[in-house]
Amino acid sequence: MFLETKRLTKQFGGLFAVKDVDFSIEEGKINAIIGPNGAGKSTFFNLVSGLYRPTSGQVLFKGKDISNLKANKVAKLGVARTFQTTHLFEQATVFDNVIVGHRLRTKANLFDSIFHTKRLKREEEQCKEKALEVLQFVGLEHAVDHLVANISQEEKKRVAFALALATDPEIVFLDEPTAGINPDETAELSELIEKMAENGLTICLIEHKMQMIMNLAEQIMVLNYGEKIAQGTPEEINRNEEVIKAYLGGSTSA
Amino acid sequence: MAAFFNKRNIVVGFILLAVIFPFITRNDYFLHVMTLAFIWMIAVYGLNLLAGYTGYLSLAHAGFFAIGAYAFGLLTVKAGFGFWPAFLLAPIITTAMGFLIGLIALRTKEHFFAIYTLCVGYIIYLVIDKWEGLTGGVRGLIGIPAPSSIGPLTLSTPIAQYYFVFVILLLVIFVIYRIIHSLTGRTFIAIRNSEELALSLGISTTKNKLISFVLSTFFAGIAGVLYACFIRFIGPDIGNLNITFDLLTYMIVGGIGTMSGPIVGTLLIVWLSQNLQFLQDYRMLIFGPLLTLMVIFSPRGISGLFALWSAKRTRKLKPKTSNVEEQA
Repeated sequence: MFLETKRLTKQFGGLFAVKDVDFSIEEGKINAIIGPNGAGKSTFFNLVSGLYRPTSGQVLFKGKDISNLKANKVAKLGVARTFQTTHLFEQATVFDNVIVGHRLRTKANLFDSIFHTKRLKREEEQCKEKALEVLQFVGLEHAVDHLVANISQEEKKRVAFALALATDPEIVFLDEPTAGINPDETAELSELIEKMAENGLTICLIEHKMQMIMNLAEQIMVLNYGEKIAQGTPEEINRNEEVIKAYLGGSTSA
Repeated sequence: MAAFFNKRNIVVGFILLAVIFPFITRNDYFLHVMTLAFIWMIAVYGLNLLAGYTGYLSLAHAGFFAIGAYAFGLLTVKAGFGFWPAFLLAPIITTAMGFLIGLIALRTKEHFFAIYTLCVGYIIYLVIDKWEGLTGGVRGLIGIPAPSSIGPLTLSTPIAQYYFVFVILLLVIFVIYRIIHSLTGRTFIAIRNSEELALSLGISTTKNKLISFVLSTFFAGIAGVLYACFIRFIGPDIGNLNITFDLLTYMIVGGIGTMSGPIVGTLLIVWLSQNLQFLQDYRMLIFGPLLTLMVIFSPRGISGLFALWSAKRTRKLKPKTSNVEEQA
């Protein structure tokens, strides 16, 4: 398995935000996590990407236990992620925002910066090339010099994608990539996500838009109250009694 | 890139102005004020690197300024070091202290970091004030040597000292410029934008925040050393919180997180306070509202306003740029 969680648990005080979740992500596919608000989806992402330390359980990436690695170390291994809110620097250009995305693959330190060494020049060039490359990939070549403050919400999402891609990841976690975006733009972002998968990236996303997920994902996990209640192909999830109950209300979630 | 040449012209203009300033005034007092302003600028640049570019507001800055000044004073007056060895050693001592304090302080964030460093700053002040055996307490340290000559260059006249401090200021600005406009600077800015995002981009925030903190104390240390050898008397008051807030005001009015902010803010406020001296402490009636207005209407200070204005102007000059479409 490419990325796998084993009985992954995160407890905040008495509350289990994520409880005993076993999930495996298949390489090169588009995986999705769905669930009602507060189901623990984002917590799950934070655990996998190293922002939170699990209370118990494990996260394995290519067979290696990464449960207790810090987020920056996890990123270096090739696990990238985006956030629900894009966190971009609004007063800078799109290009400037993305350059730092490749920083983790460079070695230039303070000394290089002050003395403007060959290594710094080479690595800055490398970061800039990477930024242009990923901006082209996400379809933002026209907006490279625009201030982030002046671009649309959908374009900001693309910038966030570009940032994640600039880290040279093998797997990308997308936290609600189409939140706050209109249906047309959602379709366009879906295409981009498919294009990423076609390029050999493994994708795992959180989404609320059912239509989109059902068309996009090859494998879906459903979380409710921090626990996995179902996992399978979109068809299987569509038919699953418990999932319907969790979404439409019923005795379990009353 | 017309703006680039504009910027370059402004920089060259300012340097020239600073170079000929002593010949314009011919007034030793103005020269003294200006030299002191340069020293403050160096400290503000350090503060700006941390607070403006990395997003960590340290209120211990005057403390480190004082550590630099006292390290230099004690090394020369009590330990019998020569001027130059002490001049080099004192910032290193400050930086070492900064490293140790940074290790602990940076475990906190945002307001807590500000509050924690506020306490650190006050403790530094108290130690200097109360540890009479070492620092001389309120009596302070006297007899600190003025800059000794570099070969044939004597640094004893006010004009020589003015240029001496000015050259160091230029060096500091150059180094800061290099840092900000490099991968290191981009890393700091990424941390300021969002620590979570920076982490998930593989940036070691712990390490980079510490680098930024230590650098800021280094520049505070240099400013402190220059202050000590320029004024040649230091008392515990230089570590007082007032100084921290003065530096903070210079930074915010000039423009937090901008390259020219520290110069603009320091010059403006220092000269304003000179010219408003007849108002005594009522000067604060002007600075208070000025600061508040700045924070509300131009969070990036005067330099930020200027940048905004020139961006608008270039957009008007070149109506065909894509920015205009975006604005519409």
